[in-house]
Amino acid sequence: MDAVELYSEQPMKGGFFRMEKKIERQTLILRLDGDLDMKTAETLRQALDHEIERRGIRIVVLNMEKVKFIDSSGLGVILGRYKKLLALGGKVKISNVPPHIYKIMELSGLPRIIRFFSDETAAQADDEDGRGA
Amino acid sequence: MNVNQLVLTFSSVAENVGIARMLVASVGAQLDLPLNDIEELKVAVSEAVSNAIIHGYRGESGRLVLLELEINQETLKITVSDEGCGIPNVEQAMQPAFSTDPERMGLGFVFMQSFMDELDVDSTVNQGTTVTMVKYLDRSTAFPSH
Repeated sequence: MDAVELYSEQPMKGGFFRMEKKIERQTLILRLDGDLDMKTAETLRQALDHEIERRGIRIVVLNMEKVKFIDSSGLGVILGRYKKLLALGGKVKISNVPPHIYKIMELSGLPRIIRFFSDETAAQADDEDGRGA
Repeated sequence: MNVNQLVLTFSSVAENVGIARMLVASVGAQLDLPLNDIEELKVAVSEAVSNAIIHGYRGESGRLVLLELEINQETLKITVSDEGCGIPNVEQAMQPAFSTDPERMGLGFVFMQSFMDELDVDSTVNQGTTVTMVKYLDRSTAFPSH
């Protein structure tokens, strides 16, 4: 695994949001830290689109362990990347979701189309079709 | 009966969504609400304020959003108003999965409805939208109005 790299453009500025990334071949692991709302969702969207379009990333693992807040703007970006990667033969996986964040995601129906894992290792080890059970 | 009111007016920019959430979380904490309820209030306010900025003002940053909180012994009433473009068909806009933007899930009103005890949307095209949300503070004595 490559050394951890930080998106440093806006470290915790304004939206209290930070991302830490690890890339291995076509897999990107993104550790999210902070609030995922209409302000920070745009930062996440740009970062993911950059990795997908410029670096040919096809599997995205979003580690949500340090996400303190999510609303429909954040969920929309995740769903949007799921659709984009699906069209390219890739997938989005989600790991380490705190219970109060999972509740919001569950209400949105996201767990019906995206697979959730207990940790990054489980997410990476999984090689099945990305659709949830 | 004691009534406590707070009013916050802020520019229609994305960074203020987090400030609106912080205010409602502080009020929720002061009311000794369970953490889960505070999380839900934060989501509801975030959705209402995001809607005002994204849809009401179509992302235009120089406009104003009004957040009003009114607390009495039984309820916490939250009102979010804008003077933006308004919603032509409120009923349609409130349907799950209705969104004018493919990147969004159309979940804003679903979350507001799920997390609050009452939700009312009053909108006039080209004049603006007011979203009123009520949380009952003591569920043992409060009943839904319908």
